[in-house]
Amino acid sequence: MEAFLHQVFSGLATGGIYASLALALVMIYQSTNHINFAQGEMAMFSTYLAWSMINASIPYWWAFLLTVLISFAAGVVIERIIIRPVEHAPVLSIITVFVALLVIFNSVAGWIFTYTIKTFPSPFPEQPLFGNRFISSHEMGAIGITLVVLVALYLFFRFTPLGLAMRAAAQNATSSRLVGIRVGWMLALGWGLAAAVGAIAGMLVAPIVYLEPNMMSGVLLYAFAAALVGGIDSPFGAVVGGFTVGVLENILGAYVIGTELKLTVALVLIVGVLLVKPTGLFGKVFVTRV
Amino acid sequence: MALLEVTDLCAGYNAADVLRGVTFAVEKGGITAILGANGAGKTTLLRAVSGMLRRRGSIRFDGKPIEKIATEDIARLGVAHVPDGRGTFLDLTTEENLRIGAYTRKDRGAVARDLERVFTYFPRLKERRHQQAGTLSGGEQQMLAVSRALMLRPRLLLLDEPSFGLAPLVVQDIFRIMRAINAEEGVSVLLVEQNAGLALDLADNAYVLETGQVVMSGTSEAVRSDEAVRRAYLGY
Repeated sequence: MEAFLHQVFSGLATGGIYASLALALVMIYQSTNHINFAQGEMAMFSTYLAWSMINASIPYWWAFLLTVLISFAAGVVIERIIIRPVEHAPVLSIITVFVALLVIFNSVAGWIFTYTIKTFPSPFPEQPLFGNRFISSHEMGAIGITLVVLVALYLFFRFTPLGLAMRAAAQNATSSRLVGIRVGWMLALGWGLAAAVGAIAGMLVAPIVYLEPNMMSGVLLYAFAAALVGGIDSPFGAVVGGFTVGVLENILGAYVIGTELKLTVALVLIVGVLLVKPTGLFGKVFVTRV
Repeated sequence: MALLEVTDLCAGYNAADVLRGVTFAVEKGGITAILGANGAGKTTLLRAVSGMLRRRGSIRFDGKPIEKIATEDIARLGVAHVPDGRGTFLDLTTEENLRIGAYTRKDRGAVARDLERVFTYFPRLKERRHQQAGTLSGGEQQMLAVSRALMLRPRLLLLDEPSFGLAPLVVQDIFRIMRAINAEEGVSVLLVEQNAGLALDLADNAYVLETGQVVMSGTSEAVRSDEAVRRAYLGY
């Protein structure tokens, strides 16, 4: 029982990280109908940035904060400079740009920081908090930070005029322009937010998977699975999907298929959802009249 | 004194021009109607004024040329456009749809008062306040579209076929309120309509559009008594 609970809690911790990254994917999907395949590599690069700052003996939380801010700015800049020119391009061109971004970030990280695996510090103590036996401090801290991020995003989108304008711009660009919303900037802000959330996910997952240029490839697959399970256009679904996939992956890995086949869970989920219920749990069904 | 002055406007989609040299004006505090059959270019004309498509010619709003300005900046000058198809934000609530209309305004107190004001114009919207706008009926969505435009505190209101697909009672309601808004708040209106009788009742001036050109214009009275207009658009 104890081991089972431990699997559940550590599943919730990684699940929260998947949920954050899935949310980043959904935020961009909602406004552009495209999946940003480079989301994971952007997060990986942000994590290297944090690692460099921590190595330059900047205190952890300062490095954390600076990384989030810089990632936000970088997200905005990438949208403005690289994505904007291909906004109206055919879907395959846009996917090519995303894949190119993925490869560029991956190679540049390898080139600058080498492919040697590095440890990434956790800001939480090594001893389990409150003397419990089920969950490590880092896992508990990761769940906590994830929840704070999710609640902050919810409050921002639900209750601030800017959040409302971003939702409006994602839904109906034409009507948004007619009420004076600068739609292009809203998309750029969305990219910034996604990059910032991704950076947090990267910094939280790095102590678990270790820091190296390919560290997010597995995480991104789980995030895809999470986003699809929840419904690719539903932020709430992405969060539910993230936690579900995290726990499912751990329990199946520990008791059913073994840890070597864990990543298969994500792939089976992706294929399964697309075959059985492409809209996921909370996604919208689009009906097109021909 | 004209609030909106359009001279020799050509506009269209892709390569073809739909409007071919259209000239008209909306007086300050006045209501101008554009009449015409399907495909005459009425919707295109409103979209051209709002900068939603390629256009040539001169468009002046309050003396300022706006033919090269982006849609969102034209809205910020005080031009509210109730688009063809109503442009509802389907996943937002009714209230959020209204708040988004006031997005560019900073005076929160006045926005809150305006929200109450549109609720007195359209009590139905107040009942549906927290409901997803996609679940509203066609008539309610039209009320919402007009209300969202009013939340901008516009100086000029562009209305694209507000009567389209609605029950006669709802249409009467909307036109009565348009008249009140024009009279009480001095909002100028450019109205595009297929229902010529209704439009001429409301408007001071009217233009008749046929295949992208103005074929007749004048005061509503003059246009109404024109033999050809009566036969083609009023049906008696």
